[in-house]
Amino acid sequence: MDLKRPIAALAAEVRAGKLTASDLVAASLARIAATDSFHTVLELNPQAAHDAEIVDARVAAGEDLPLAGIPFIAKDNFLTFDTHTTAASNILKPFRAPYEGPAILRLKAAGAILVAKANLDAFAHGSSTENSDFGPTKNPVDPTKVPGGSSGGSAAAVALGQACFAVGTDTGGSIRLPASYCGVVGLKPTYGLIPRTGVVAMGSSTDVIGPLTNSVADSALVLDVLAGRDASDATSIERDTEAYVATSGDLTGTRIGLIKEYLGAGLDTKIKDQIEAMVSQLEARGAKVEEVSLPATELALAAYYILVPAEVSSNLARYDGVRFGHSSAGATDLEETYRLSREEGFGAEAKRRIIIGTYVLSSGYYDAYYKRAQKVRTKLVGEFSAAFDKYDLLLGPTAPTVAFDLGSKSQDPLAMYLNDVMTVAVNLVGVPAISIPLGTVDNLPVGLQLIAPQRAERNLLAAASAVETIIGDWSAR
Amino acid sequence: MSNIGITEVERVAKLARIGLSPEEASRLSVELGQIVGFVEQLARVDVEGVAPTDQVTGLVDVWREDEVSPSLPREELLANAPAQQDGYIVVKRVLG
Repeated sequence: MDLKRPIAALAAEVRAGKLTASDLVAASLARIAATDSFHTVLELNPQAAHDAEIVDARVAAGEDLPLAGIPFIAKDNFLTFDTHTTAASNILKPFRAPYEGPAILRLKAAGAILVAKANLDAFAHGSSTENSDFGPTKNPVDPTKVPGGSSGGSAAAVALGQACFAVGTDTGGSIRLPASYCGVVGLKPTYGLIPRTGVVAMGSSTDVIGPLTNSVADSALVLDVLAGRDASDATSIERDTEAYVATSGDLTGTRIGLIKEYLGAGLDTKIKDQIEAMVSQLEARGAKVEEVSLPATELALAAYYILVPAEVSSNLARYDGVRFGHSSAGATDLEETYRLSREEGFGAEAKRRIIIGTYVLSSGYYDAYYKRAQKVRTKLVGEFSAAFDKYDLLLGPTAPTVAFDLGSKSQDPLAMYLNDVMTVAVNLVGVPAISIPLGTVDNLPVGLQLIAPQRAERNLLAAASAVETIIGDWSAR
Repeated sequence: MSNIGITEVERVAKLARIGLSPEEASRLSVELGQIVGFVEQLARVDVEGVAPTDQVTGLVDVWREDEVSPSLPREELLANAPAQQDGYIVVKRVLG
């Protein structure tokens, strides 16, 4: 059975009794097994078939479930019962979550079934999924390439049809970049729209949860289940009272700003050509597109790689070998327990970020690095705010290139960080953005990124849906 | 490019309570120099009079009612501890 069908249609068939949750979960598990060479998954949920039976019973009892019987995969930084939760790190290898957060609970309440936990760059630190302590995921289109990261397992799983959707996290592009490299839709919502309790923290001032899906309509449907404040996360915000839907909007009069800095040096010219072709199509449908300069976006990556490692070094301080996770057998006193457990349990990139973060926060450097980066962040927020006075949406590529060769950047951390150049600004400003498959370059997927003001997900999804329709018309020709 | 010496890397590692092999410290000294060299472009930005941004959605003073609510069972939380005894987490000696 093909799982790459509209989620709304599959759930409707389950509710109507034409399909069962058990059928869908069996199809999902079979597809995961048949495509396991891509290493998208770290662990299957041993209770998935049982959970499907429970959903079938709920449907039979007349419950109206928006995601009835829909199999999904969660990035392994989501705390989930019945499996380990490792964040793809050795230090959390033995960890079993004692609770589940609102995101997972809402999906399950809506009738979705967790089938597996997806691979990621350990602790979501990376752009290629090669930083997983358990081996990289391969690109679903070309297994010699990376899938992007850090939600690479989640994006590749959706592209391979292993489940109907996946949930990932995006701190600096970790949903949108793999969506772009794998050819799926990746949504990064407004900061706070989906409560993060029950997700392994990375950069707390930018971390968000979001869906990876085959279509914009699927993305909206999953967002509609996930969104809304929860008292357990004090940073979470109220959702819209209206449903998040992706009705393909009329673009007449829509003002779109094309981000000048994202079209400059470093952008593959073939990607640029595709973006420009899409701009012409949008104009032909009544949108008003202009180039807009956001000079601070060129500083965003530098600010990000101060602020986020600083937050990472703080969040990763909890892994101390005492309360949970790996504990060094060789330690003779408490200080050594900390030092050796962390030395043995953290991989190279986690160590790198802890060291950078501790360095920029340490006495004598704080003002020069951390505080200055926070001020640059203010400038960035101001530029986006001014742009959204003039434009309804901003548009650009998701990434400067298509997926690169496995291993080609793993020895050069700075080159790896540069993959995030077009995604990090959105996180620092807290606005929502979506990556939509635009086409292919050199037979590899290319993503188009649309960005909206905070809390404007409904406009973002409507425009994304219009873009998707244009692309559908293209490929039909 | 900035130069971050191995002694400086070791000082920071001590602050972060993380052990590094000599090879790791040596490699991090080079990589940290490259990364700090990259982020130092911010030193050229005029940020005079600009306030720092801590958070972006404008929430202030998020309170909850001061009420007792159920907490997770002690046994389930302790189940992840590497060593436990009589309902407590066991640690190595603290004083030398």
